[in-house]
Amino acid sequence: MTLTLGHFLSIGAVLFALSVIGIFLNRKNLIVLLMAIELMLLAVNMNFVAFSHYLGDMHGQVFVFFILTVAAAESAIGLAILVLLFRNKNSISVDELNTLKG
Amino acid sequence: MDAKTGFFYLFSVVLLFAAFRVITARNPVHAVLYLMLAFSQAAAVWLLLQAEFLAITLVLVYLGAVMVLFLFVVMMLDIDVDSLRKGFWKHFPLAAVMGCVIALEMAGVLLGGFRLIDAPHTAAMTQAISQGAQYSNAQELGVLLYTRYLYPVEVAAVILLVAMLAAIALTLRQRKDSKFVDPSMQVRVKARDRFEMVKVPATRKAAAVDAAAATAQEKSA
Amino acid sequence: MSATLSATTLLAVPLAPLAGSVIAGVFGTAFGGNLIGRRLSHTLTILGVFVAFVLSALTLKSVALDGARFSETLYTWMVVGGLKMEVGFLIDSLTAMMMCVVTFVSLMVHIYTVGYMEEDEGYDRFFSYISLFTFSMLMLVMSNNLLQLFFGWEAVGLVSYLLIGFWFNKPTAIFANMKAFLVNRVGDFGFILGIGLIAAYTGSLNYAEIFAKTEELAQLNFPGTDWLLVTVISICLFIGAMGKSAQFPLHVWLPDSMEGPTPISALIHAATMVTAGIFMVSRMSPIFELSDTALNFIMVIGSITALFMGFLGIIQNDIKRVIAYSTLSQLGYMTVALGASAYSVAVFHLMTHAFFKALLFLAAGSVIMGMHHNQDIRWMGGVRKYMPITWITSLLGSLALIGTPFFSGFYSKDSIIEAVSESHLPAAGFASFAVLAGVFVTAFYSFRLYFLVFHGKERFDQNPDAHHHGHDDHGHHDDHHEPHESPWVVTVPLLLLAIPSVLIGFLFIEPMLFGDFFKGVIFVDGEKHHVMEELHEAFHGPVQMALHAFGSAPFWLALAGVAVSYYMYMVNPALPRAIKSMFKPVYDLLENKYYLDWINENILARGARALGTGLWKGGDQAIIDGAVVNGSWKFVGWVAGVVRWMQSGYIYHYALVMILGIFVFMTYFVWLNK
Repeated sequence: MTLTLGHFLSIGAVLFALSVIGIFLNRKNLIVLLMAIELMLLAVNMNFVAFSHYLGDMHGQVFVFFILTVAAAESAIGLAILVLLFRNKNSISVDELNTLKG
Repeated sequence: MDAKTGFFYLFSVVLLFAAFRVITARNPVHAVLYLMLAFSQAAAVWLLLQAEFLAITLVLVYLGAVMVLFLFVVMMLDIDVDSLRKGFWKHFPLAAVMGCVIALEMAGVLLGGFRLIDAPHTAAMTQAISQGAQYSNAQELGVLLYTRYLYPVEVAAVILLVAMLAAIALTLRQRKDSKFVDPSMQVRVKARDRFEMVKVPATRKAAAVDAAAATAQEKSA
Repeated sequence: MSATLSATTLLAVPLAPLAGSVIAGVFGTAFGGNLIGRRLSHTLTILGVFVAFVLSALTLKSVALDGARFSETLYTWMVVGGLKMEVGFLIDSLTAMMMCVVTFVSLMVHIYTVGYMEEDEGYDRFFSYISLFTFSMLMLVMSNNLLQLFFGWEAVGLVSYLLIGFWFNKPTAIFANMKAFLVNRVGDFGFILGIGLIAAYTGSLNYAEIFAKTEELAQLNFPGTDWLLVTVISICLFIGAMGKSAQFPLHVWLPDSMEGPTPISALIHAATMVTAGIFMVSRMSPIFELSDTALNFIMVIGSITALFMGFLGIIQNDIKRVIAYSTLSQLGYMTVALGASAYSVAVFHLMTHAFFKALLFLAAGSVIMGMHHNQDIRWMGGVRKYMPITWITSLLGSLALIGTPFFSGFYSKDSIIEAVSESHLPAAGFASFAVLAGVFVTAFYSFRLYFLVFHGKERFDQNPDAHHHGHDDHGHHDDHHEPHESPWVVTVPLLLLAIPSVLIGFLFIEPMLFGDFFKGVIFVDGEKHHVMEELHEAFHGPVQMALHAFGSAPFWLALAGVAVSYYMYMVNPALPRAIKSMFKPVYDLLENKYYLDWINENILARGARALGTGLWKGGDQAIIDGAVVNGSWKFVGWVAGVVRWMQSGYIYHYALVMILGIFVFMTYFVWLNK
C-alpha cells in the first residue's frame, strides 16, 4: 500500500503522546524531562516535514529549520541550568527544588 | 508493498521503540543513547520524504552536537537514579491511558480533517520529478531562506549567540588565582572610608614638667 | 433727567476707609513694625472715613435732587458656566441713604474712639478694624449683585468677630466672638441656600437680571413640593437676615457682643451691621413681595423679637445690655414693618434708629468712662450733675427711642405701628399687639435706665467691685470717686448725633415714605399689599401727624411707661425688689434669657460635639480606617494566602498541570468544539 500523509502524521502523533507520557512519568528527573521535550519537538518537526512534502510547499521545511535552531539553543541553556543546579544542590531531583514555594 | 513502504515501516517501528525506551530507561545514559537512535531513524524517515537537507541537519546538529552534549552532562552528573524512579510504575497505567487518549484524539483529527490524496501531484513536486536527479532540496531551501526569510535567519543566529553566551555566563566559574577589583566598588569609595583627620595641637604644655621629672627619676633610678 | 455718577468717585467711597485701615493696620501695629504712631493712625483713618462721608453726601445729593443713578459692573472676577461673578455698584436712593448713614455714624465713632480707647494698647488695631468695617459695610450696600453683597456680609461678620474679641485675653470676650460668628453662620447657611436657588433658577446673581425674571419665578414651584419657589427663596434669604439682624432665635449673639468696646457696639451692633439684614430684605423686595407666606413668617419673627426682647431689657443691670436688648427690640420693629410690605418705613426706621441708638451707646460709653469702667447701673445715679452733655444727649436719644412726638423715632415707630395695623396678613393681629405692647415696654426700660443712671441718689460708693480700680490706670483722675465729663472728642460726636436723632424724622418722613425717594428701588405689589397707600392717605404732614399722635394709643402707652418707671425707680425704689421676689419664676425666666442660651450650649452644642465624636470613632476610625483601609489589605493578604497554596515550588507539579491543561484543551477542541 502506498504511503499517505496519514502514516506520517500518525507517527508524529504517537511520538507526541509518548513524550507527554514521558513528562508525566519522569517529572522528577530533569534530564529525562529535557529529553522528552526533544522528542516532542521531533514529533512536531515530523509533522511539518510530512506536510511540506505532501503539499509541495517548501515553507514547512523552512520552519523546521528554525525549530531546530531554537531547540538546539534551548537544550544548551537547559543543560547549563541543570549543571548549575547540580553544582549547588548535588542532585537533580526536582523534589528538592522548592524554593519558589509561595 | 514496495521498498519505500517497507523502509518506512522499519524506520518508524524502530523510532517508536526507541522513543519508548527513552522514557522508560532506568539508566540515563541508556536513555540518551536511545534518543540518538530515535533521531537517526527520524532522519531516515525524512530522507524518505525527500527532505535531505533537513535529514542531514538532524544528524549533524542533533546527533552530533545536542545529544553529545546530553551525554556529557549525564555522564558528568552523579545522579541517584533510584530515588527518581520511585513511583514510576505506580503512575504508569494512568500515563498510558492519557497517552492513548491523546494519540487517539490526534488520529480522530486526522481522520476527520485531512482528506489528502495519496501521492503528491502538486506543481513543485511535478517539477521536482521532472528535473530528476538535478532537483536539490538544499537549493530549494536555500532560495527561500536567503530571500524571504533572511531576517528570521539573522534572528536565529542571534538566538544561537545568546544561547551560547547564556550557557557560558551561567556556568562560568571564576579563576581562583585571579586578583581583580570590582570597578564599581572602586568608584564608590569615599574619602572617609580610607582617611581620618585628627586634630592634634602643635604644642602641648605642662605635661612636659612631669615627664621631665619622671625621666629624671628614671635616670636616677 | 438723570445725571450719572462717576465710577471713580464711587470707588473712592469704600476704598478710602480701606486704605486707612490697611495703613493703620500694617504700619501702625507690631505687624508692620510700629512705623507710624497713634496720631498718624487715627488721623489717616478718620481722614479716610471723612472722605467717604463727604463723597457719600455728594452722591446722596446727586441721587435725591438730580435723580442720578449708577448701575454698572466695574470688574468681572470670573465667569463659571453662565454665571458671572463680578464687582459692581448699584447706586440708587436706598444705597445712597445707607452710604450716608454708615459713613456718618462711622465718622462719629472714629472721632469718639480717639477719646474712648486712649488708654488701650490696641489703639491702632482698633482704628484699622473700624475702618475695615466701614469698607465692608459700604461694599455690602453699594453692591449690584448677590455675590458682592455676600462678600460684604461675611466681611462685616468677620470684622464683628475681630472687634467683639478685641480684648482677646478676656475669656468672656472670646466666647462671645465665637458665639457671634457661629450663630451668624447658621443664618448664612440659609442665606447661601437662598442665593443658590436664585442663581439656579435665574442663572444670574445680578440684581437687575434677577428682578427682570420675577414674573417667571413666581410661577414656579419648589421641585418635589407644592410650595412656591419664591416662598422658599424668601424664607432662605430671610434666615440670613435673621442671623445678621439678630432676630429670634438667632438673636443670642447680640447681648454677648457687648463684650466688645463700646464704640463698636454703637457702630456695628446698633447702627450698621445689624441693619444689613433689613437692607437686604428691602433690596430684594421684588422677590419678597411675591410670597405672602414669607411675609407672614417675617412678621411673626419680627413681632416675637420686638416684644420678648423688650421684656429682657427690663431686668438688665449692665448699661450696655439694656441698650442691646433695646436694639434687638427695635430690629424686631423693623422686621415687622418688612413683613407688612412697608419696606420704606422699615428703612426709614433703620435710619432714625441708627442715629439715636448710636447716640445712646456712645453716651453709655461716656458714662462708663466717667464711672471708671463700671458698667453696672445699680451703682450709678445722679450723674446728671457731673456729665451734663452726656446727660442731655442721652435724654434726647431716649425720647427719640420711645417715640416722643416730633422726635425722629416717633415718626418711624408710629409709621410702623400704623402700617402693621393696616396690614391684612394673618399674622398682623399678633404683630399689632406685639408692637403696641412693645411701646410700653420700650418706654419703661429706657427710662428705667435713664433714671437709674442720671437721677436719684448717687450710689457710686456702694459698688462692691469698686476698690480694684487702682491709682495706676487712672493716674490723671484726681478724684476717682466722682465722675467728670468726657473730653471733647467724646462729647462732640454725641452732640453731632443728637441733631439728626431729633430732626431727621420730621424732615424726611414725607419725601422718603410718601414721595418719590424710593420709587423704582423698593417694589411693593400695590394690589395685594396696599399698606403704603393707606398710610399715604392718612398722612397729612409731619406736624399734623405729631399733633394727631397725642390722641393715639402709642403716645399714651409710652407716657404710661415713663410714668411707671419714674414711680418704680425714683419714688418707690423698694417696689422693684418686691415685684422681683413676688414673681420669682418670671424673673428667673427673664434672667436666663428664656433658657435659649442653655439650650444652645447644652443641647445643640453638646449634641453637635457628640455627633462629631461619634462620627469620628464610628465612622472614621472603625469604618474608614478599620474596614476599608485595614480591611482591604487584610483581605488581599487572605486571598494571597489562599492562592499561595497553589505555588508549591515543585517543577513537576507545574509540569503536571501543564500536561493536564494540554489534555483538557485538546479534548475540548477536538470533541466538544466541532
